[in-house]
Amino acid sequence: MSATPLLELRGIDKSFGPVQVLRDVDFSVNPGEVTALVGDNGAGKSTLVKCVSGIYSADGGQVLFEGRPVQIHNPRDAASLGIEVVYQDLALCDNLDIVQNMFLGREKRRGLVLDEPTMEQMAAETLAGLSVRTVKSLRQHVSSLSGGQRQTVAIAKAVLWNSRLVILDEPTAALGVAQTAQVLELVRRLADNGLAVVLISHNMNDVFAVSDQIAMLYLGQMVAQLRTSDVTHAQVVELITAGRSGGLGLAGENGNGKRDTPPTETTSAGADR
Amino acid sequence: MSAAPPTTVVPPVEVPAAPVPTVGSHLRDYWARVRGGDMGALPAVLGLIALCVVFTALRPNFMTEGNFANLFTQGAAVVLIAMGLVFVLLLGEIDLSAGFASGVCAAVLAQLVTLQGYPWWVAVAAAIVTGVVIGLVIGFLVAKVGIPSFVVTLAAFLAFQGVVLLLIKGGTNVSIRDEVLVAIANRNMPPWLGWALTLLGVAGYALVQLLRHRNRSALGLVTEPLAVVLIRIGALAVLAGTAVYLLNLERSRNVLVSLKGVPIVVPIIVILLVVLTFVLQRTAYGRHVYAVGGNREAARRAGINVDRIRISVFVICSSMAAIGGIVAASRGTSVDANTGGSKVLLYAVGAAVIGGTSLFGGKGRIVDAVLGGAVIAVIDNGMGLLGRSSGFTFVVTGLVLLLAASVDALSRRRAAATGNR
Repeated sequence: MSATPLLELRGIDKSFGPVQVLRDVDFSVNPGEVTALVGDNGAGKSTLVKCVSGIYSADGGQVLFEGRPVQIHNPRDAASLGIEVVYQDLALCDNLDIVQNMFLGREKRRGLVLDEPTMEQMAAETLAGLSVRTVKSLRQHVSSLSGGQRQTVAIAKAVLWNSRLVILDEPTAALGVAQTAQVLELVRRLADNGLAVVLISHNMNDVFAVSDQIAMLYLGQMVAQLRTSDVTHAQVVELITAGRSGGLGLAGENGNGKRDTPPTETTSAGADR
Repeated sequence: MSAAPPTTVVPPVEVPAAPVPTVGSHLRDYWARVRGGDMGALPAVLGLIALCVVFTALRPNFMTEGNFANLFTQGAAVVLIAMGLVFVLLLGEIDLSAGFASGVCAAVLAQLVTLQGYPWWVAVAAAIVTGVVIGLVIGFLVAKVGIPSFVVTLAAFLAFQGVVLLLIKGGTNVSIRDEVLVAIANRNMPPWLGWALTLLGVAGYALVQLLRHRNRSALGLVTEPLAVVLIRIGALAVLAGTAVYLLNLERSRNVLVSLKGVPIVVPIIVILLVVLTFVLQRTAYGRHVYAVGGNREAARRAGINVDRIRISVFVICSSMAAIGGIVAASRGTSVDANTGGSKVLLYAVGAAVIGGTSLFGGKGRIVDAVLGGAVIAVIDNGMGLLGRSSGFTFVVTGLVLLLAASVDALSRRRAAATGNR
C-alpha cells in the first residue's frame, strides 16, 4: 500500500431532507489499485460517487486529493482534478462514431474547424494504450458496437483526458461472459497503468477477479475497507447484507453502534483468521 | 475458503488490423450500410431518376431546357426552407410554422420595399432579422419554458397567418417591383459567369477533398482509396457541367428575346448548401447538434449547453425560412395572404424527409433538403404538365411524403435489428 491515497474521504455525511443517506463515511483509493465499492441497493454507493464527481455536494466531512483538502462543487471541479466517471447507462451517442464520442464536448479544433486527424490519432493511441484491438474502425458508429465494445469506448473516453481516478458504475451489468472478461481485463489494465480505479459492482465474481481492496457500504455507513486477499466471498456478502461478519464490520445490532475496527484500516488486522 | 476465486480473464478476441481499403471494399461497405438500413440519399436519387423517366415518357416536353430551368426556380423556396428544417429535425423536433414564418418575413419585405419605399437591402435585412426573432421566440418557448415544439409551432402556424394578413392590410396583393429583388428568382446569370462559378466550385471541392486525403495519408490514418475520391470529384464535375450546359442553352421561343443562363437563385442555394454543410460537418457546433439529436442526456453530461443548441436550431430554421420567403416573393413578384401558406410547409418537411433526414432526430444532412426538394419540384412540375388537377397533385405528393416517412421508420427498425452494421 502506497503512502498517501490519491483520494481520501473522511467522515462524509449526506442527507436528502430527513433521510440520511451517508453517515460518517470514510473511503480511500490508492493509485495503481482497483478499489471495489460494494453494497446492497440503497446502501449509498451512487450517492457517494456523486459526491466525489461533484453532482452532489456533501453535507459534512472532508475530501482529500493527494493528501490535500479539496472542494468539489460541480462536475467541472472533479474533471479538473482528473476524476472521470463512467456511468452505468453509458453516456454515448449512437449516431456518432467512436472518435466523435470520445471527444464529445471537448473537441480539438484548428480555428473554427474540427481537427479530425488529431482527434482520430489521439483516440487510436488511447485505445492502443489500453490494448483494445476489438474495434474494426474508429469511424464506425457506436450503434454498431457490442455492449462490451461500447463499455470499452466509454472507459477509453474517461482515460483520454489524463485522468487520475476513474470511477466505473456497474460496468459489466449488461454484458455477457466474454464481454465481461474483456471489460474486467481493461479495468485491471487501467490500474496497472497507474490510475486509481473505483469499481462499483454487484457481481462478487467481478469484484474478486480484479480488485485490490473492497469497501463495503451498509445502509449509508462504511462497514469496512479491506484488502481483497484478506476476505472471503461469504464474508463480503455477510458484511453487505448484515453489516457485520464475525469480528468484522459494525458492532452492535443492525449496525447502529460504533465500529470495532477503523474503516480505513486496510491491513490484515481485520481478518478473523 | 480463504483464497479469492482465480482471476480467469479471457483474452480479447484478436481481430486483424483493418485492411487497406480498396475501391471494391469501399463499394461493399457502402452496400452493407444500405442493407443495414442506412440508406442515406439513395431512395431520393432513385426516386428522382424514376420520376424523370416516367414524366419524360408521358410528356416529352418535360425534358426541355425551359422546363429544366423552371424546376430550379419553382423548387428554390421549398429547398431553402427545408435546409433550415433539417437542423430542427436533427434534434427530433419539428417546426410547423416555417412556411408561414417565411410568409411573415416576405410580408415585412413587401411592406418596407413597396409600401414604405426603403432600398432593397434594408428590406432584406429586416426580413432576415424578423426570421431570427421568430426563431428566438420559438426556441425559448421550446427549450426554456418546455412546451413541445409541435404545439409551439402549431400555435405560431396559426398566428403567423394572421400576422401576414395584418402586415399586408387584409388580403391585398402587394407587388414587388424592385429590380434587384425581382432578379433573384426571375433573371439568369450570363453564360460565362455560370461556367466560371462552376469551375470555381468544382476546383474548390477537388482541392478540399484531395488535401484531406493527403493529410490523412500523411498521418497514417485509414483513408478512402484515392480512386474513390477522384470518382467523386469527377461525378460532381460531370453533373454540374451538364446542368450548366443545359441551362446555358437558348430556351426562349421568341427570336427577339434571348433567355439563357443559370438562374441567379441557383448559386444562392449552392452557397447556402456549402456553408450550412460546413457548419454541420466541420464545426464543433454541428457536432453538438448531432449529439443532442442522438442522445440528449449524453450531450448534457459531455458539457454541451443543450438549451442553447435547441434555441439555435429554431433560429437557423426561421432565418432560412426568411430567405425562402424572400425568394418566393421574388418569384411571384408579389406578396399576398397565401405566400408561404398552403403546401409550402409540407413540401419543405417532405423535401427534408424524402432526402433522407430522419424525423426521429440525429440523422440527416443539408444536401438531403436539396435532393428531396428536387423530387418534390419534379412531381409538382410533372403533374402540372400532365394537366392533372391540383387535387391530384396534392394526393400524389402526400403519398410520396408518406412513402419517405415509411422508408425512414422501416430503415430505423432495420438498423436497430442489424445493429446498423
